Amino acid sequence: MTPTYYLLLAALLFCIGAVGVLIRRNAVVVFMCIELMLNSVNLTLITFARIEGGLEGQVMAFFVMVVAAAEVVVGLAIIMAIFRARRSASVDDTNLLKY
Amino acid sequence: MLTSSVLTSGLLAQQGQPPGQGGAPEIDYLAILPIIIIFGAAAVGVLLEAVLPKHQRWSVQVGLSILAIVGAGLAFAYYVSDAPTEGITTIAGALSIDQPALFLWGTLLALGFGSILLIADRSVEPGGAFVAEAAIRPGTVQDRAQAQTTGMQTEVFPLALFALGGMMTFCAANDLLTMFIALEVLSLPLYLLCGLARRRRLLSQEAAVKYFLLGAFASAFFLYGLALLYGYAGSVKLADIATAAAGTDRSDALLFGGLGLLVVGLLFKGSVGPFHTWTPDVYQGAPTPVTAFMAACTKVAAFGGMLRVLTVAFESTSWEWRGVLWGVAIVSMVIGAILGLTQTDVKRMIAYSSIAHAGFLLIGTIALTDQGVSATMFYLLAYGFTTLAAFGVVSLVRDSSGEATHLSQWAGLAKRSPLIAAVFTFLLLALTGIPLTSGFVGKFVVFSAAIEDGMAPLVVIALVASAVAAFFYLRVIVLMYFSEPAEDGPTVSVPGTFTTAAITLGVAVTVLLGVLPTVVLDWATAGGGFAS
Repeated sequence: MTPTYYLLLAALLFCIGAVGVLIRRNAVVVFMCIELMLNSVNLTLITFARIEGGLEGQVMAFFVMVVAAAEVVVGLAIIMAIFRARRSASVDDTNLLKY
Repeated sequence: MLTSSVLTSGLLAQQGQPPGQGGAPEIDYLAILPIIIIFGAAAVGVLLEAVLPKHQRWSVQVGLSILAIVGAGLAFAYYVSDAPTEGITTIAGALSIDQPALFLWGTLLALGFGSILLIADRSVEPGGAFVAEAAIRPGTVQDRAQAQTTGMQTEVFPLALFALGGMMTFCAANDLLTMFIALEVLSLPLYLLCGLARRRRLLSQEAAVKYFLLGAFASAFFLYGLALLYGYAGSVKLADIATAAAGTDRSDALLFGGLGLLVVGLLFKGSVGPFHTWTPDVYQGAPTPVTAFMAACTKVAAFGGMLRVLTVAFESTSWEWRGVLWGVAIVSMVIGAILGLTQTDVKRMIAYSSIAHAGFLLIGTIALTDQGVSATMFYLLAYGFTTLAAFGVVSLVRDSSGEATHLSQWAGLAKRSPLIAAVFTFLLLALTGIPLTSGFVGKFVVFSAAIEDGMAPLVVIALVASAVAAFFYLRVIVLMYFSEPAEDGPTVSVPGTFTTAAITLGVAVTVLLGVLPTVVLDWATAGGGFAS
């Protein structure tokens, strides 16, 4: 297997995540799509680390995981707060702020 | 955050050496002392939340935050007084403490000080602009009760300090990984701060959700850009990327794909051009002191980071990407100026004005000359203080339901409160760029740097955009002075010490930089540019 396939897979996952963010309506699902994008970055980093033969990319993947975990904490707290207020996690219902 | 960068740098540094010999990287503690003080105070603040009884928290947290910023400012001044002109890199090259970084640190500390004063104010609204208990559901009986109490969620102070520390690290980050971590450290507290308003909590929470989802989306782009550039250069250090880009045998797809995604993430944070969609909503929904903090400090951090990335890592390829950023700058100025005309809310109007200003800042950023760098930094300083004071004034005009931000409520304000109307008029004129204000000098230095670098057409577009934007600033002035006040119009609160101090600071700097710009310009232009 050439590493290129992994890079293509990661790019595909990133695109799926990005499209998901744009078309899904539930805030939790949108957030999961963002996590998918972050994980595709991890796959890319590890593949490049393999190509380069160094550890740097693998170390960076750990940092991405830690940041993603912190982001989950903050993100779910905010989504929970708005769900408790409105009984809905749909991003279409949060539409008080506009022109 | 610091430990983490030390750790990676240690790990990264070890790779180059035979096993068993990898020592800890050298750390210049004196140079990074301001960051250590800010992060240390933030961590202590979190601890104090756990041990102090409720009624003591506010005074202790305010004291600690102000002490931390003043302490960091003193440590900063001590280091600057005899810092090497060419700058240094420390923690195995993770942070670069050079002249631009020091200038931006000074700017951030001063703006952070003003923002903390606004956040701490409890006189304008009893209990402050922040919710007493964030966990209470909006619209319930308990929620109406909490709006009347004088308590506040004092975690906002450590959160603001964490954000400030992240911004300072972001400006000095010399590799993309440190930059990414700093980006998250500055963003995550801001997402939370946006959702903590005392009044209109649904709007505030909605602003937090929007900012969070879009912010996380943008940082995923930044991160994928980082990964592609790592694949391109085999390293995420800015200097290594520059070296790799100077050679030609590597894949251009990785380089430009990575650069594009990276820049999208940065432009989002700077609320530039087509990546601005979050700005009006979040600026309107967030508590006004937090909006002031975001508008002033986040812009400094985002453009500081952009200056460093573009100048250090991508200068050699600037012919390829500059055209795209020309387009982005034009789009940003046009969106800010045109959509600003249609706004009926003061906070949204200033948000669109900030998008137009982001376009002007981008012009200075892509000039890529020493003059462009110093002009952009001067503009950031000038704009930050003006917008900080403007949001301070916005927080004073209130009616029974909280801040009266609808423009129709501002009609005839000069008759009720001539002083506040005069101050706001002055700030709007500074945003327009009238001579004898800092806004004029800022625009002047940025545009002359751009013309020197052969971007005259862009400057012409920028001038037209500022003329269009002037219309909506002047409309507010006309409304305040020449309209009859409404019957049940808002009252202007008498500001307490903190808000008065913050507004005075903003106005004083705006006047000073307009009348005597050389004091700061000399510092911005002195020194040796970026070290890497």
